[in-house]
Amino acid sequence: MAAVIQLEIDIRLKCYPAVGNAPPVEALKALRFSVPVGEFTCIVGPSGCGKTTLLNIVAGLDADFTGRVDVAATAERPQPVIGYVFQRPRLLPWRTVEENIRLVLSPEQNRSGIVDDLLVATGLAEARHTYPERLSVGMSRRAALARAFAIEPDLLLMDEPFVSLDETTAERLRALLLSIWGRRPTTVLFVTHDTREAAQLADRVIVLTPSPGSVRSIIAIETPRPHRGNGEVIDAIRQQILGETSGDSAKQPHALKNCR
Amino acid sequence: MPDRSSFWPRAASFVAFLAVWQMGSLAVGSRQLPTPLSVLAVLWRGLLDGSIPYHIGVTLARVAVSFTIAMLIGGAIGIAMGRSRRLDRFFDSWLILFLNVPAVVSTILCYVWFGLVETAAIAAVAVNKIPNVVVTLREGARALNPDFLEMAQVYRLSRGKTLRHIILPELSPFIVAAARSGLALVWKIVLVVELLGRSNGVGFQIYSAFQNFDVPEILAYTIAFVAVIQAIELVILRPLDRHANRWRR
Repeated sequence: MAAVIQLEIDIRLKCYPAVGNAPPVEALKALRFSVPVGEFTCIVGPSGCGKTTLLNIVAGLDADFTGRVDVAATAERPQPVIGYVFQRPRLLPWRTVEENIRLVLSPEQNRSGIVDDLLVATGLAEARHTYPERLSVGMSRRAALARAFAIEPDLLLMDEPFVSLDETTAERLRALLLSIWGRRPTTVLFVTHDTREAAQLADRVIVLTPSPGSVRSIIAIETPRPHRGNGEVIDAIRQQILGETSGDSAKQPHALKNCR
Repeated sequence: MPDRSSFWPRAASFVAFLAVWQMGSLAVGSRQLPTPLSVLAVLWRGLLDGSIPYHIGVTLARVAVSFTIAMLIGGAIGIAMGRSRRLDRFFDSWLILFLNVPAVVSTILCYVWFGLVETAAIAAVAVNKIPNVVVTLREGARALNPDFLEMAQVYRLSRGKTLRHIILPELSPFIVAAARSGLALVWKIVLVVELLGRSNGVGFQIYSAFQNFDVPEILAYTIAFVAVIQAIELVILRPLDRHANRWRR
């Protein structure tokens, strides 16, 4: 059965122009893959391989590339809705948790009770009137999660949302993410450099090459999440991912006839 | 808020000020520098017969209108220049020119061009204040955090929402700074404008007193008006500042 495609990426070239004495850099090159509706896809790759660049292009923040990115629309929503959980939560410090979430919603969503539902689900019901600077790091990440799910996105982009948390907190947030995603399914593109994280979360892992990033391999994880546990299965998946990434001696960022 | 521990030092300082004033007046003669009591008497009389409240009211109305106009226009230009490098480069030299036009010159020119009318007076004050607002808000707009603007773009916030919930709150320290320095500047310029071409207001009264060498009258108006401006700072601007910063730890 052919799955319905939510996201189709065909980036031929993405350059960052020369700044000062630094030469121009090829960030992404010949990067092609697609994501079926409802799939949880993890993008894994060495740091600096262009993962955040890729998300910014998909989000429409960066239009300066050659190639195409198609996010499928639906009949009810001709303009597909994209949620983005940034590496840092990017909550407005002068608005409370609840105001931060309500701000990005349509009037109908604001009336629908989805905010209360997500505040409870993320354990933020008590903190709804708190200003973000008074939240712990873990709580602000949860608020950012709630905001992204509240807009009921067709496509959810996540850029290492649990990076720089202690492992226990990160573990809890991953479980939280899966439980919310289970109740509010959507297509997810999740960037991480942590193979364990990818092994726990993904339906499919896309491994990128070092800069300029392109698809090195695609690993479908068949084991259902509840059976992955925390030990051997996860480790086996990690080995598989790591096997795909090893042997990459960092390619020299060859300078670049393709970039002006 | 003045707390208890600062009350007595402040009171002592105030009494000392009055004492120095009294001694000065004894030294140079009460024609040049009238005693505090005689100024108080003039102030009291002016309050009772309604002349001081009337002229202060007229002046305050001019301050309010020209201040509002200057904040709106200056704010809009400042944000535009802070966000667009092209506009900034083009208008920067204009800005320096307007920053350095003396208040007296722009006032006289406004009266010459528009006649001795209220509009000319208001315009003259606003023209003097706008460049300062532009400079302050341009700095603020340059410092806007791109993270929040990207968030607004991805989550498709309307322009109005972006302005209300992201840009204005982020600029609020700059807006308050512009408002405070603006109030101090505007009321002084309003007096000059009134002195040069209006027939009411504090500036006009001081000018009349000057023609009669009526020093007590000049001092009475000054004291009354400074008190009103201080009250505005305490009652309106500071609480506004606190409200804008309530989310800070």
